[in-house]
This record gives sequence, structure tokens and C-alpha cells, in this order.
Amino acid sequence: MAVETKLPYEKSYIEEFSNKRNEPQWMKELRLQALEQANSLEMPKPDKTNISKWDFSSFKHDFAQGEKLSSLTDLPTEIKDLFDKDNLPENLLIQRNQSVAYSAISKELQDKGVIFTDIFTAMNEHEDLVKRYFMKDGVSVDEHRLTALHAALMNGGIFVYVPKNVQVEVPLQVVFWQEDPEAALFNHVLVVADENSSLTYVENYISHNPDEKTVANIVAEVIAQDNAKISFGAVDNLSAGTTSYVNRRGVAYRDATIDWALGQMNDGNTVFENITHLVGDNSLSNAKAVTVGRGKQTSNMTAKIVHFGKNSEGYILQHGVMKDSASNVFNGIGKIEHGASKSNAEQESRVLMLSEKARGDANPILLIDEDDVTAGHAASVGRVDPLQLYYLMSRGITQHEAERLVIHGFLAPVVNQLPIESVKKQLTQVIERKVN
Amino acid sequence: MAGSTLEIKDLHVEIEGKEILKGVNLTIKGGEFHAVMGPNGTGKSTLASAIMGHPKYEVTQGQILLDGEDVLEMEVDERARAGLFLAMQYPSEISGVTTSDFLRSSINARREEGDEIPLMKFIKEMDEALDYLEIDKNMAQRYLNEGFSGGEKKRNEILQLMLLKPEIAILDEIDSGLDIDALKVVSKGINKLRDENFGCLIITHYQRLLNYITPDHVHVMMQGRVVKSGGPELAQRLEAEGYDWIKEELGIEDETVEQNA
Repeated sequence: MAVETKLPYEKSYIEEFSNKRNEPQWMKELRLQALEQANSLEMPKPDKTNISKWDFSSFKHDFAQGEKLSSLTDLPTEIKDLFDKDNLPENLLIQRNQSVAYSAISKELQDKGVIFTDIFTAMNEHEDLVKRYFMKDGVSVDEHRLTALHAALMNGGIFVYVPKNVQVEVPLQVVFWQEDPEAALFNHVLVVADENSSLTYVENYISHNPDEKTVANIVAEVIAQDNAKISFGAVDNLSAGTTSYVNRRGVAYRDATIDWALGQMNDGNTVFENITHLVGDNSLSNAKAVTVGRGKQTSNMTAKIVHFGKNSEGYILQHGVMKDSASNVFNGIGKIEHGASKSNAEQESRVLMLSEKARGDANPILLIDEDDVTAGHAASVGRVDPLQLYYLMSRGITQHEAERLVIHGFLAPVVNQLPIESVKKQLTQVIERKVN
Repeated sequence: MAGSTLEIKDLHVEIEGKEILKGVNLTIKGGEFHAVMGPNGTGKSTLASAIMGHPKYEVTQGQILLDGEDVLEMEVDERARAGLFLAMQYPSEISGVTTSDFLRSSINARREEGDEIPLMKFIKEMDEALDYLEIDKNMAQRYLNEGFSGGEKKRNEILQLMLLKPEIAILDEIDSGLDIDALKVVSKGINKLRDENFGCLIITHYQRLLNYITPDHVHVMMQGRVVKSGGPELAQRLEAEGYDWIKEELGIEDETVEQNA
């Protein structure tokens, strides 16, 4: 009884949507082809979670305009908390609903040729670059129904490009603020670091729709060319009404590094996948993610690193805390292809359960097609250790505070990796709110 | 009389249905240092854990009173805030929580909300104690006990003791696994706290520690009870002659609590 209803969107709707955005012809064609594919492709099947009953079809698709911000002081507190008030970010983009409400990039980066703009502007102003990378090296349109739908219905997103030999020292920060409680978010993030360049990028997703049903279908493609280094941080904080599919994909070429620090704090059902292809020799990825589940939410989180290049290294670390009757599956997949000799695939997945009804599962998988490699995994699912609580309480700390310390400590290895201090603090606050 | 008084009366304790303590009586007053000695398996550490409220130990009979208040009615954290401290033989490792953050939370747990210790004052006090105990300052930023050597864990327990300044401290085999230099440092820390307001119960099965910390009272435990008490000279006689003479005197063949099992 899979939900295989036909899409309510016709070719003409997509054409008109694309025309209104002044998209290049190739993009319009890509969308139309994707729409056709979406009707025949199957839904993704994340390991150990059945999503066939999840509501991926109740949403209002449009280009919801967001009001421009003349100053950051007009923002709600939870968004303002993402910045250091005394030291506002030099490079910041706020997407309010589907349009850019605020954007700033330092003169220095502009002069160096760094591109940091919304995806629609990029398609026109930097058409060759976007065309070269959009759903090419990273995510393919026809992976499954949701990737095809994503391409057909994409209604927001940004494009980042760092030219060869340019080092971006100050982080680029993006806030995707879904103010309209019903508007669906088909957001596409494309980050490209050209040869010998480096950057730090941090994004936040925020919405306020505890009851209104909608969908987020998010794809991020992160491409590190030879010897480039990308540090990618994210905190997803979408409300309970949003059913989410979040796909962050990395491609690392020779000597390149992609480090991920991802906080999955959504309150609705979420399929979350983070796959990195270590294509080049000596490429490296640290994929770290945390999640906190509460209420009745179900999430499925896959971290996967695929080794193609020789001497490539992949380290996966996922920690999750589940309370109430929330459930989460961590799939950790280290895959070493034939020829990727001297590679190393390590992974660790741990779930801490705070209530009787909470469910956690850690599912480690190593797929190895080469002899001369090293690999390892660690996984655990358990409760807060009563002896740890006893030890902390024996110093006068209350049980509640002791539990809080243990939980924060458990999530710290990922939280501490977030490259922007204010985002780290905000994630700590979100965790606090979710576990209390 | 200065300081607090901890009274243990006819204490019986079970672990997983097995009785370990079979009627312990002991009173520790502020200003007094007591040593509880005895061979392995006689119930010394059980006594320490039961006083603090270890979740696995069940008190089946008897009383523990701190200045007349019923300790057994208190949660573990309430016992600590009432003035008790246990330096543990096997302290837990807490990943992701720095020693420094933990210390500050512990100090603030004893203070009213809004009256938290100022950060600079805390750092100064912590640094002084770290220096006094000859601990590398990096330890404050390391995760609590994670990857610590045996000696580092013991020093960290004494660091906490010095900063939390309890009324009554129980030290559970604080000397085990320490080399002589570390033992001297740890003893120095404990001796620094010595005053008329501070009472201490030192649990050890070696007399060695008592060369550095002179007790006022020495007790010997066997078969889950205190079977002999005396002054510091008792510890010296135990060092010279072992425990056999006590067993002979009392007609005990097997001193461990296992003997009835």
C-alpha cells in the first residue's frame, strides 16, 4: 500500500514556475524531466525504518515571498541568537521563506571572486558554474522519487563558490527561516571549493509549524576539488509539522577534506542522510552528527562514506538522545571500493535512551572490496549509567542537573565541532529545550 | 564542640541480597581523623558506599545520622549538600564534561541560585589547589576522569575534596595504586584540610598511608563489623604484626564476610 499517488503538479505548473524565476533553459528542461521521473521512481527505502506512511505529500508548493530585512534587529530572538550581537557576521545570508531577506559578503571575499548568493541569482549570473555542478557530481536527479521531486520543485537555496587558491578565513553563515508555516521547502545548497581553496560554511534551518503540515526536501551538494578543504556545519531545527528529507552529499577529490558537524534537531519525522564520496587519493572526511528525538517522532539517520581513492580516510561519529516515545535508527556505512588500498573506514554510533518508550538502534555496516585496508566500528544503545549519576550526585549535583551534564557530555564531541561559537551556543540551547 | 558529627549505629547492609555489614557502630566528630583498617573483603568499602548512598547497596537495619539528621532518608545529592563527601575508589568517567565544569557545578550546587561562585574566584581557587596537588593544569580541561591514570584519578578526588570543603569526608582506599611520591602529595592535600571543623574517615588496608596522615582513632573491621578500636598505636602494631593476633584474640578463623555464606 505504498503511497504512489500522482503528483498534483503538471508540466505547465513547473514551466510557469521556472519562467517566473527567469531560469535558463537547461534548468527548465531538467525540472520537467525530473517531474516525469518522479512519477515513475520509487520512494527511498532507508534501512530499518518504514517511511511508506509518512506524509510527504501534504504541502503547499509555491514561491513564498519573505519580507526584506532592513536590519538584523527585526529578527525573532531565536534567530538573533545565531549571531554574536557585538560582532555581526561579515558573510551572512538569510532566506526568509523562499526569498533573500538579508545578505552580506565582505568586500575582501568579493574581490577574491568568492560567490555567495541565492541559487536563482547564481543560475543567471554564474550559469556555467551552476550548470557544471547542479546535481552532477553529488546527488543525481533519478536516485529516487524524492530527489526527482526535489529537482522538479526546488524553490530555494544558495550557491557558494570559492575560486582556486582562495582561503576563506571568516565563516559563511546562512539561515533558512521558514516563516510561512505551510510553505514547502525544496531547498538546494551547492557549495563548491575549487582547487587548493578552503572555507567554513554553517547553515541553520528554522520553522514554527507545530501543527500545520508541510514538507522539507533538502539537498546539499558539497564539492571539494583537489586539495580543497571544506568545513560544513548545520543545525536543522524544523518544527513537528514538517516531514523532512535531508540529503547532504560530499564529493572529495585528490587530497581534499570535507568535515561535517551536523545537528539534527527537527521535531518532525526525518530521513537524514549524509554521504561522502572520497573520490581522490588521500582524501579525508570526518562525518559527525548528533540528534535529539522527542515526542512521537521517528528519524532515520544514515552516515555513509564511500572510499574510491587510495589512502582515503573516513571517520563517522553519530550520537543520539531519545526521549518520550521517539525512535531513531543510525545506519553507519563504511564502504571501501576495489582499488582504494591503504584506506581506513572507522565509525561509531551511540544512542542514549531517556525513557522506557524511547527506541534507538545503531546499525553498523562495513562493505569492503579491497584487501589492504583498515576498518572498524563501535556501536551502543543504552541508558544513562546509574553509577555516573551517583558519582555526580555525590558532589551535591541534583539528579536533574547530573542527567543534563551526562547528556551534554554525550553530545559534546559533535557540538564542539561546530565552527561558529554562536551557533554552537544556540545548538546547546536547542538541546537543552529538547531534553528538558 | 566544633564541626559536624556522623553517627553510624548498628548498620546492616546488603548487596544483591547478600549481607555485607552486620552491625557497624562508629562515631566521627569534627576535628577527628578515623582510620578503618582490615584485610580485603571485610566490608570497609561497603561502609563507605552505604554512607554516601551507592545505588547497589541496601541498608536493612540501623541508622546513619549527621548532626542528628537521618542520612538514610536523603538522596545522594542531599547527603553531599548536608556535608558528606566520598573520595571514591573507582570514580566514574564522564565523557564530554570537563573537570573544570564539573567542579564549578559541584561548588554551585551548594550555593543559592543567583549566588554562584564568580568565575575568576573559581579559577583562582582551582589553580591554587591544582598547584598544591602538583596536578598538570591541563587536567581541568580534560573530560572528567576519562583516560586518567589511576594516580590522576586519586588526585582528582582530593582536588574535589579541597574545593568542596565538606564537614565529613570518607576516603575509600585513596592510597591504592599510588607510588610513594603521589601518596605524599595526596596526604599533603588531606592534611591541609585538618582543623577542628573537619572530620575524616580513612579506609585503607595498608598502614603506609597512616605514616603521612596520623589518625586519632583506628578501627579494625572483620566479618562486617568493627572488631577492635584504639589509638594510632593500633595501626603501628598491625603494621608490625599483621592481623593474626586480633583473629586469635577474638577467635576468628576467616575474617571476610564470606564466612557465613
